[in-house]
Amino acid sequence: MNLVMVLEMAAECHRERTAVSSGSGRLSYGELLEAAQTAAADIRASGCRYVAVLDINSLAVPIAVFAAAYAGLPYVPLNYRLTRPELAELLARIDPAYLIGEETKLRSFAVPSTTRIVDRAHFLELARRPPAESAQASGDADDIAIQLFTSGTTGKPKAAVLRHENLMSYILGTVEFGAAAEDDAVLISVPPYHIAGISAVLSSTYACRRMVQLPNFDAAGWLAHCRTEGVSNAFLVPTMLSRIVDHLEATGTAPELPQLRAIAYGGGKMPHSVIERAMQLLPGVDFTNAYGLTETSSTICLLDPGDHRAAAESTDPLVRRRLGSVGRPINGIELEIRDDDGHVLGPDQTGDVYVRGAQVSGEYLGAGSTLVAGGWFPTRDRGHLDAGGYLYLEGRADDVIVRGGENISPGEIEDVLAEHPAVADVAVVAIPDEQWGEAVGAAVVLKDSAQATAEALQDWVKQRLRSSRVPAAIQFRDDLPYNEMGKLLRRVIKQELQDGQAATKTRTR
Amino acid sequence: MRSLKAGTRLKSAACDTEVMVVRAVPAEVTLACGGAEMTAMDAQRAAGAAPDAALAGGTIVGKRYVDAADRFELLCTKAGKGTLTIDGQPLLVKQAKALPSSD
Repeated sequence: MNLVMVLEMAAECHRERTAVSSGSGRLSYGELLEAAQTAAADIRASGCRYVAVLDINSLAVPIAVFAAAYAGLPYVPLNYRLTRPELAELLARIDPAYLIGEETKLRSFAVPSTTRIVDRAHFLELARRPPAESAQASGDADDIAIQLFTSGTTGKPKAAVLRHENLMSYILGTVEFGAAAEDDAVLISVPPYHIAGISAVLSSTYACRRMVQLPNFDAAGWLAHCRTEGVSNAFLVPTMLSRIVDHLEATGTAPELPQLRAIAYGGGKMPHSVIERAMQLLPGVDFTNAYGLTETSSTICLLDPGDHRAAAESTDPLVRRRLGSVGRPINGIELEIRDDDGHVLGPDQTGDVYVRGAQVSGEYLGAGSTLVAGGWFPTRDRGHLDAGGYLYLEGRADDVIVRGGENISPGEIEDVLAEHPAVADVAVVAIPDEQWGEAVGAAVVLKDSAQATAEALQDWVKQRLRSSRVPAAIQFRDDLPYNEMGKLLRRVIKQELQDGQAATKTRTR
Repeated sequence: MRSLKAGTRLKSAACDTEVMVVRAVPAEVTLACGGAEMTAMDAQRAAGAAPDAALAGGTIVGKRYVDAADRFELLCTKAGKGTLTIDGQPLLVKQAKALPSSD
């Protein structure tokens, strides 16, 4: 079992169909197969141990994914937004690597001397040469296919590993082979170093769907690409959808996307208002919320288009609320909510989210497997299921506030504060407290020209939740810090809330 | 006779069919295509080999094939002219459950 099977099947059935286009460049499925095989021969000859890409999306990305699989080496896409010292450390951890990117840029990084720098243009040129011989993928189903450094919003990046069997299980379990119609196209705007960027390549190839790359996202460019390329499917992180909705509303233009049928989103918490506005602006589009982690080979839960419509139309509060849920586990995934002692919890009880299934790796290089008894993976996400089995996420376990021995999920307080008419954005974090150990702190962004005092917001929470949930400190900010994928940087908020509090105390003393 | 293991790829000795084992219970069975036992991927097919006329229903790439007791599941990775059988019983095409595209 090897990832290349996905491409071999696509090339066998749809040799001439466009596999991927990027600007004016394009590759058919037949060409992508040959390019991957040719590149694999060059990678093998290099003697390198990893295939790395430190670059924005280009035709080189899908070639490198499959070439690494043919060569039997881990594919390691690196985040080009990291700082130089961070990248230097990661490059040292994957040395000797066959490193693909823009040569002039790569030369400016601290690349180990044994790592081979391959300019993207050169890589594309060599991959287009005829294959030397018919290539057979080497290796076993439990070889490492992908190594992804986790975004490390807390601490040093961990190297999550996904084996061929994990990813193949995901693809075979969720995608129907050749399901795409001849003129279908998926717009890929997530960067190659994100798990969604990898699963996009694998899923689209298995569906035999044309991939259209948008290397640098902006709302106007995304809309233009959708129109000119006849895009039928797209995946977005919440920040991207939010910008598209803002752009459409600000320009007052009709979306004019007759071919767009489906948008899937994930990778962070989707604000209620954004998805509601998106559904109103694009009534003909099917929306799917996909929840997954790097360690689970991407999606494990789906809120499907029917769920979205039911939530938007229903008068039942239980059903309406589901627009804020990440849906139900997909085929092949079991899911449990557990308390701190490992006991399985029932509906509406908040605990830690555990999942199990063949696509779940839960393994890090060096640290080994984090799976617990029975093969369950602690996602370290907090959440609860409703009576219908829909999962609601309430933040990371690391973000839980322990106030006087009581566990408090920031999510429930954030949801309540977000409903206040003056609040545009909010984050709740733990702050040190002499009496309770930890207390609830909130960073709040008010809507333009809206006003609210800290006392008014504390009152708002007090009327709706237990008193232990009332923020002890509220900091007003112009905006909240997010990374480029729309992930909230809680450690920054925590630090600045603490600093702000210290400053206030100093002033009052 | 062989025991099938998930992930193993096999090919037909009678046509172009290739399969991958998706799911299998531990048991010795005869997996055949077109009436001839399926072989390892590197085996050479005999010149002029063809499926039995009675077992020439064909296979479709991308389809899942299961036995009646749902003990085995195969994915057809390359189409051919033969009919897949386990211990002589033809396998059935498993109806796919349509999932919305999530990536």
